[in-house]
Amino acid sequence: MGTQSDFFKKLDKTTILTYLCLVVIGWISIYAAEINDHHESIFDFSQSYGKQFVWILTAIVLGVIILSIDVKIFPTFAYLIYGVGIISLIAVLLFGTTVNASKSWFHIAGVAIQPAEFVKYATALALARIIYDNKSRVRDFKSLLKPAAIVALPVLMIFLQNDAGTALVFAAFVTVFYREGFISGWLLILGIAAVFLFVLTLLMNEFYVIGGLTALFLISTIFLRKKPSVIKQLFLVLIVINAYVYVVDYVYDEVLQPHQKMRIAVLIDENIDLRGAGYNLHQSKIAIGSGGLWGKGFLEGTQTKFSFVPEQGTDFIFCTIGEEWGFAGSFVLISLFVFLMVRIILLAERQRSVFSRIFGYSLASVLFFHFLVNIGMTIGLVPVIGIPLPFISYGGSSLWAFTIFLFTFLKLDSKRMELL
Amino acid sequence: MIVRSSQSDVFSRRKTAVILFFIIIGVIFLIRLYYIQMIDHRYKIYASSNVQRVITDYAARGLIYDRNGELLVYNEPYYDLMVIPRQVSNIDTLEFISLLGITREQFENRIQAATRYSRFKASVFERQISKDTYAYLQEKLFRFPGFYVQPRTLRKYPYAMAAHLFGYVGEAGPSVIENDPYYRPGDYIGISGIEKHYEEILRGHKGTRIVLVDALNRDIGPFQDGRYDTLAVTGTDLYTSLDYKLQLYGERLMQNKRGSIVAIEPSSGEILALITSPGYDPNLLVGRIRSQNYRNLQADTLKPLFNRALMANYPPGSVFKVANFLVGLQEGGINNHSRYSCPGFYRSGGITVRCRSHPQPVNVLSAIQYSCNTFSCIQFRNTLELPRFGSMQEALTTWRNHLMSMGFGRRFNSDLPYELSGLLGSADYYDRIYGTRGWRALTVISLAIGQGEIGTTPLQLANLAVTVANRGYYYTPHIVKAIETPDNLNPEFLERHYTTIDSVHFEIMAEAMYETVEAGTGRFSRIPDIPFGGKTGTVQNPHGENHSAFIAFAPFDNPKIAISVIVENAGGGAAWAAPISSLMIEKYLTREVKRAWFEQRILDAEF
Ligand SMILES: [Zn+2]
Repeated sequence: MGTQSDFFKKLDKTTILTYLCLVVIGWISIYAAEINDHHESIFDFSQSYGKQFVWILTAIVLGVIILSIDVKIFPTFAYLIYGVGIISLIAVLLFGTTVNASKSWFHIAGVAIQPAEFVKYATALALARIIYDNKSRVRDFKSLLKPAAIVALPVLMIFLQNDAGTALVFAAFVTVFYREGFISGWLLILGIAAVFLFVLTLLMNEFYVIGGLTALFLISTIFLRKKPSVIKQLFLVLIVINAYVYVVDYVYDEVLQPHQKMRIAVLIDENIDLRGAGYNLHQSKIAIGSGGLWGKGFLEGTQTKFSFVPEQGTDFIFCTIGEEWGFAGSFVLISLFVFLMVRIILLAERQRSVFSRIFGYSLASVLFFHFLVNIGMTIGLVPVIGIPLPFISYGGSSLWAFTIFLFTFLKLDSKRMELL
Repeated sequence: MIVRSSQSDVFSRRKTAVILFFIIIGVIFLIRLYYIQMIDHRYKIYASSNVQRVITDYAARGLIYDRNGELLVYNEPYYDLMVIPRQVSNIDTLEFISLLGITREQFENRIQAATRYSRFKASVFERQISKDTYAYLQEKLFRFPGFYVQPRTLRKYPYAMAAHLFGYVGEAGPSVIENDPYYRPGDYIGISGIEKHYEEILRGHKGTRIVLVDALNRDIGPFQDGRYDTLAVTGTDLYTSLDYKLQLYGERLMQNKRGSIVAIEPSSGEILALITSPGYDPNLLVGRIRSQNYRNLQADTLKPLFNRALMANYPPGSVFKVANFLVGLQEGGINNHSRYSCPGFYRSGGITVRCRSHPQPVNVLSAIQYSCNTFSCIQFRNTLELPRFGSMQEALTTWRNHLMSMGFGRRFNSDLPYELSGLLGSADYYDRIYGTRGWRALTVISLAIGQGEIGTTPLQLANLAVTVANRGYYYTPHIVKAIETPDNLNPEFLERHYTTIDSVHFEIMAEAMYETVEAGTGRFSRIPDIPFGGKTGTVQNPHGENHSAFIAFAPFDNPKIAISVIVENAGGGAAWAAPISSLMIEKYLTREVKRAWFEQRILDAEF
């Protein structure tokens, strides 16, 4: 008994409380989004909200199981779990069913399971293990190869399933590489700048961007006229950037498929393609925008009922929150998420084991990527990519996977003083 | 294992960058949300013109015509005021209730009732609003978001006749809605008569539209270009076999009387007229006046809702002699040459059946002509006691089977509403009452004159007239002649049903019925220039005055109409039922009635 209460003391209750807040908000939001006349009870198990209730209960049971097993299991079986994950990805490619053009689902006993959701967790375990195993503290390009391969393998397979959205999530692991010193901050900034420039190029005519950058260069030469070597370097950078901009424009025009192009195009001008890709975003913004400060109230939303907003219970669940709870509700939800992610980073930093720290960073990064893309797309800051909002969106695979992810980390954290 | 503490980690400061990045993205999101939720008011305006309204387009029911294309049932538009509770906002309740002339309490109650049904779906707030209210509302509706006007149609009958045949339409009840997914609360369904039997043909298919409504409660066009809309399909029209002039005339003749008239075209089985009296105006059972009127009709002691023509179970009386004689002739209990003298009664084994005085002796023809009870009893007993039959049971069963082949004791299973089967005494029945050996021909002798354990509907009697007119077969009597086009008709209706009696015997009966009208009990109802066959009947009624009955077919050669008439409590068949038949025949065959005094006598009569 002593050890048990001791264990409970070491468990981070704040994180668990945040987690419970989020799943309950999710459940209520799914109910508000999908309620219909014939099934007005939130416990109606023929409806998504009834099912989500079951998913939540089972997820909590899973969480308790995770907390009660031996912590050594995780590093010990990290590769095994990863292997099972990869095999399940192969299996789903061969035997899975296709939903929305992605062959990424198993249908077992009437329950749809998406293995890719769990592979994020398996990858985090394997990544933590491989970096932990690298006893030399060398952080060069060569030492990055193996960890990068751990991440690349599932990405490749998920791409083969035609589920680009989920594959993209694995980009989140870059955060781990940054934190562990494999890549420099400059490289990261460069990457972010590349994405930013990419969007900027599409937002404007590529010649304005090239012209603007060239003008910037010319102005800087005036200030740097005493340092010709720097000017020379800057000139080279300018050439590279301009080439990049040109390539981006070319890729956009020639390489991207029309529906991918449209998802980006609607970000720039939501009024184009109002009946296609732009429709979803337009309706999503109307729903959220019409919420005002305090929202329309629980079940009072007019936009998220019926079919104005697509995928109201899953990918566009934030619309319901924005519409019914307004800016106040949005503020609370975003704060909860940022709080949770920051807390996980802080917990990760207090780990004595590199394994636990890397695992924590993986968790925070994957959560962050989902948060960034999912909410970003509903408010028109990110192209429409169908990935769920963790703990909130309807769906058993996502909820289970994130719950296992989070509770494994909480377990690791509770044993941070022990040797791993 | 080596413990690597974070303190020694050279990159630990990078956590700040990561945390900062998370927070920056969160802040960017909040700024963006602040902008679209608080600053940019476009979205609120978009949302208010993004209100969906699911509108049901109720299909107009199919029209109903008579056999010559005269419109008998059509639709009249009206309007229901609908409410979608969740869309009701900021309305001037005071103005609204004064507009509709309701109290505030009624308003609250109706909103509550609608909310209980569904917050998202429309409910009827006020049924069949008046034309004035509708016109007024149309202008003011923009000030009452959540309310709109739903066009509907109601049945309308230009001729107040044949109410029982048409039946009526009402809202689908809970059990219907539960069992048939097509029906939703507020939908109409045929509840009786043709409306019920041909419901799926008449109803058509309702459509749904999703329209967008702007902040001013105006329809601003279809949602997503009508991608989710379904078109309403108008119901299919029906052509009944009724001759509306004959039907109207029959109802007029039967006014102030109880009883029924059934007229059928022998060559097709098509019902030309089906009158049940007292009837009611079908316009009474329409729309919101229906339930009150229905209660009134139900409470009426004359039972106007009771469809006598199909459901009344009278002993047929003497008209049934025709059927009995046919069985006798077929089985050999009597023949063409049988002759008996009638002393004015039939007496055997302590049983006496009285007859009237008439010329002597009687044979098959004159026994029908003068409706001789004595001859009827003798032939019936002879038939049942034929040595061929091993037992009374066998004899009676043979008799019964012949009658059933003529349509007695069973339903026709036609398209008529609530038809009943009548009653034919069976061997089993008598066995139960008297024991297997406890009954003989004499026990059941009253069957000989159409009394006792026998009940027939007016429809069955008319069908007997049809069968004689056709000399041995009939078509299932039916009311619908064509469903848009004649080839859609139930093929069963085109099938001849032969009786188990040879047609030669029908020739004799046809001849006898002709003599009945020419020089027998029906002679007062002769029609100049139209020879026809008929048979009178007087149905003994232990509860009061006897019922007057008559069956007939006309003209004698190539008959166009067969008819049965029963007038309750009117006395002898010759006095009332025969003249009514005669007038109906004349009306149908010549389109006008020349015998004014003859007609007036009927119109003036009251029973
Ligand atoms: Zn007699």
